[in-house]
Amino acid sequence: MAVYRRTYTSYSGPLTPAWSRSLVLFRYSRRKLFQSKLQTALFVLCFFYPLACLLMIYAANNLSVLERLGGLGSSFIKIDNKFFLSFIEVQGVLAFVLTAFTGPGLISPDLANGALPLYLCRPFSRAEYILGKASVLAIVLSQITWIPGLVLFAVQSSLAGAGWTWNHLWIAGSMVLSSLLWIIVLSLLAMALSAWVKWRIVAGALLLGVMFFGAGFAQAVNAVLRTQSGHFLNIVYLMGTVWTSLFRVDMEGSITPPEAWIALLIYCAICLMLLVRRVRAYEVVK
Amino acid sequence: MSTTLQPGAADAISQPTSAAPPTPVIELQGLSVRFGKRDILKDLTCSLRGRAIGLLGPNGAGKSTLINTLLGFYKPSSGSARVLGSDIRTETRRIRSLVGYMPENDAFISKMSAVSFVQMMAELCGLPSSVALERAHEALFQVGLAEARYRELGTYSLGMKQLAKLAQAIAHGPKLLILDEPTNGLDPSARQRMIRMITDIRDSRQLQIVLCSHLLRDVEDTCEEVLILNQGRVAHYSNLEEERKANKRFLELETYGANGDFTEAIEKLGCECAVTANRLKMILADGVEVRDIYRIAAERDVRIRRLNFRRDTLEDIFLKAMGS
Repeated sequence: MAVYRRTYTSYSGPLTPAWSRSLVLFRYSRRKLFQSKLQTALFVLCFFYPLACLLMIYAANNLSVLERLGGLGSSFIKIDNKFFLSFIEVQGVLAFVLTAFTGPGLISPDLANGALPLYLCRPFSRAEYILGKASVLAIVLSQITWIPGLVLFAVQSSLAGAGWTWNHLWIAGSMVLSSLLWIIVLSLLAMALSAWVKWRIVAGALLLGVMFFGAGFAQAVNAVLRTQSGHFLNIVYLMGTVWTSLFRVDMEGSITPPEAWIALLIYCAICLMLLVRRVRAYEVVK
Repeated sequence: MSTTLQPGAADAISQPTSAAPPTPVIELQGLSVRFGKRDILKDLTCSLRGRAIGLLGPNGAGKSTLINTLLGFYKPSSGSARVLGSDIRTETRRIRSLVGYMPENDAFISKMSAVSFVQMMAELCGLPSSVALERAHEALFQVGLAEARYRELGTYSLGMKQLAKLAQAIAHGPKLLILDEPTNGLDPSARQRMIRMITDIRDSRQLQIVLCSHLLRDVEDTCEEVLILNQGRVAHYSNLEEERKANKRFLELETYGANGDFTEAIEKLGCECAVTANRLKMILADGVEVRDIYRIAAERDVRIRRLNFRRDTLEDIFLKAMGS
């Protein structure tokens, strides 16, 4: 290594392709994420429930095991759409907790320390910056939601046979779609809030607030105005409506799935707008 | 898409040769920038070609806005500008690949070591990871942060943060280095170190420098050309070297034994003189050389103890520009 060179030398060597620059950001952000023991522990914790589900699938497909457990029939654990919906719901909650810890730390330190001009003075756009940061959350959350979901589906398919697989193939698609929607909502919300307040801890608290107080506020609106429209303020409720419709589970709700989809897309658009306004090299004061 | 490495874009800009005139570093054609109802830059037109160009002006003159516009952070409301021959409206990405930028304000990533930070910034410019790491080490050695390069940036002092910012600006080997107030907040010795480093980089002749400052001393120590901005307009453009040469007609003499006869003889040559105590200030007329002054002094037995060319300092130039 030529560290003895103390004079300036220009560079005229090969360059990496332009499309790969956001991967640089992804690589560094991901490395930083797992430097925290708490976040690593939380990430590991997210695999406990998939492991339990794996055991349940094994048990459900091996009657002898169930009989040894006390003569329970195969109806005790039924591997169907409800099973996978509950899996996604549990993993969705864990994904939310993980996002509350990791998401705000992705953008707010850059904004707080004025690092954006350093990123954006390079051949690197704002869209690539947002994409690079969002991809960290997207990959991490995918690893705990739809990827283990598909593994469970594959295990169940291999144990139950081709007939079951063919009849329930749509569940795999529902798992991927519902997980991706939740990941997009969580990522955009976490990044928009952290870009807005520029303070990691406050952004994390705000994310929790939006979810929990949003639900409380929605109930209050419903009670005071004697309406059901308050649910539009409750992201968790909207997400639940979409999930139950995707997994073909009957649920009586005051909001139809198309309405829930539209509301969630509007939330995403608002978050994206906030992000685009904040992620600038310098703010223009008009 | 191919994952093969592309030839360096840095090669695209040819080095100035004696045969062809060098590409202007910055070329402005009626450039204006407007924020809301406020005109920040007003109809700037100039062409800068020097190896080290100083952007001077009082606070709020529009220096940083001009730099940010050249980097594509702000959109011009009218006019055009080119940086190293590339249009700022259509070739922003190319400009950014050729430029190293050291911003004015604090800019760092707190939970990252200096070497990782500089490496990441070089990688974002397109350098392969191993090359970026090597150049990050080199850059940190060069700016004098070798011992502290594994420390987190958040623990750095202000002076060290400035040096780290300089390191990230040069690590990818740019063709143009833009420094926005590089000596901000530095103590005198740190300021001297920074100025020495900038002159070293300039003298390597491998890149051109634009230094933006409101400190005349910084610009005078490092730059060859100066663009003075005032209230968003070009107040003055000067080539310091040429200005200094032109000022060689201003003389200041300290004499012994001079009298009115000596002054009269000089004035008869067409020179303008002003006498204070035993000092004589004069502006040489055309065709009059310094040896003529020595001859007149010898004829009248006047001893010249000291003869100086009184150069206009940058401060004089700046104050004149502000006055106009």
